[in-house]
Amino acid sequence: MKHLLSAGDLNLEKAITILDTAIQMEQVNSRDIKKLPTLRGKTVVNLFFEDSTRTRTSFEIAAKRLSADVINFSAKGSSVSKGESLKDTAQTLEAMGANGVIIRHPASGAATTLASSGWIDSAIVNAGDGTHEHPTQALLDAYTIRQKLRGNEPGSDLAGLKVAIVGDIAHSRVARSNLLLLKTLGAEVYLVAPATLLPAALASQAKAHFYSLDQAISEVDFDAIMMLRVQSERMTASFFPSEREYARIWGLNGDRLAKLNPKTIVMHPGPMNRGLEIDAKAADSQNSVILAQVANGVSVRMAVLYHLLAGGSEIE
Amino acid sequence: MSSRTVLSGSDIDRAVTRIAHEIVESNQGTSNLVLLGIPTRGVMLAERIAAVLERSYPDFDAAKALGRLDITMFRDDLSTNPTREITETLIPAGGVADKVVVLVDDVLFSGRTIRAALDALGEFGRPRAVRLAVLVDRGHRELPIRADFVGKNLPTSVAERIRVQLSETDNDNSVVIEG
Repeated sequence: MKHLLSAGDLNLEKAITILDTAIQMEQVNSRDIKKLPTLRGKTVVNLFFEDSTRTRTSFEIAAKRLSADVINFSAKGSSVSKGESLKDTAQTLEAMGANGVIIRHPASGAATTLASSGWIDSAIVNAGDGTHEHPTQALLDAYTIRQKLRGNEPGSDLAGLKVAIVGDIAHSRVARSNLLLLKTLGAEVYLVAPATLLPAALASQAKAHFYSLDQAISEVDFDAIMMLRVQSERMTASFFPSEREYARIWGLNGDRLAKLNPKTIVMHPGPMNRGLEIDAKAADSQNSVILAQVANGVSVRMAVLYHLLAGGSEIE
Repeated sequence: MSSRTVLSGSDIDRAVTRIAHEIVESNQGTSNLVLLGIPTRGVMLAERIAAVLERSYPDFDAAKALGRLDITMFRDDLSTNPTREITETLIPAGGVADKVVVLVDDVLFSGRTIRAALDALGEFGRPRAVRLAVLVDRGHRELPIRADFVGKNLPTSVAERIRVQLSETDNDNSVVIEG
């Protein structure tokens, strides 16, 4: 595996290999000295053209724990604000000898362009491209589901688990990557969203889809329910009447939480709009694994960086 | 390609038994011993040594003394080889600080695996001493490392391959020279 551009790049075997590696990385993260010499001498560039806290810091911590040198590059305050193109930026990084580039970009397909253009020879990790994909988020979500519902058993998949993805699916790269990866791992994925935010092309790939969260909860006994952030910055039209109405009809609140199976885990990729897609009762409940998702992000990204950067070629 | 069996199953059993007793002899007892197997076959050899010790010394408790140490992420040849899978590291609950740690591996060759193991071990504390037990020492060291307990010294040429088979993962118990 040279790049990680899409959750669809991962077959069942590769996905499980990465999740199993992440278990060992998690063990490292629980030690007093959270440092391995594995990527010593390698340079990882965080190339972020969009705002991010958790993904960027998570990748930075992951790379540093493996002893890689990390350069943080954000569009603000760089030559990009002087009008430099992605091509020139990439070639500059190549000339400086970057081994891995982690890219977040508002344009869908930016990571693929970088990987296939020949501008740069490094390993490329897609950390979110527009409304397209965010594969490491899907991996950490799958890891969290396996950890909470399958006892973190190495080699296990997610066969038969029922996972609901709820909310702004149209604009969500998290939803797209999760749909692909969770299906690869054998889970049943259900999409729940207002009709205006549920593209038919995605709905047809799911096990089933619902236009009402209440209906979904009453008809399916979900093992995990994943609330998506309402992405106001990508909303260019009126997809729902008002935020208050969205919160009332599609938000996960205390009442809906009470109707779920007590064992159902509640997930959110962050950052949360508290009171909109999820309220404090649900976000801070016993069912919530939202902070575990953040913690697992570091282990999973260490595993991804290990598989992309440590070896000379594919796994034997 | 020729192949020749140099240790049979019963030869391996005798070597493991002798190594187990040598470890206790040099440690003057079983107290403070920690056995760490290096994956893959070092783990099984460490288990076999622990089994011998449990049979022979009533105060030896394998549950408190046996572990495994994955050294993949400490190797110095990671970038020139295909990506290796990482396996589990298990350190006994008592840790390694102030213990006599015996690293167990199947074949001692260049010494680079043991160098990586010493680095990996350092992450868990400061042992009182570190010893090395191997089933086969085939020579050709590239680092100043030697084994304390050796099943069999086997002079080889660099071109030859040593294949250790243990019934836990393979169909057979034997050490074979190929090439």
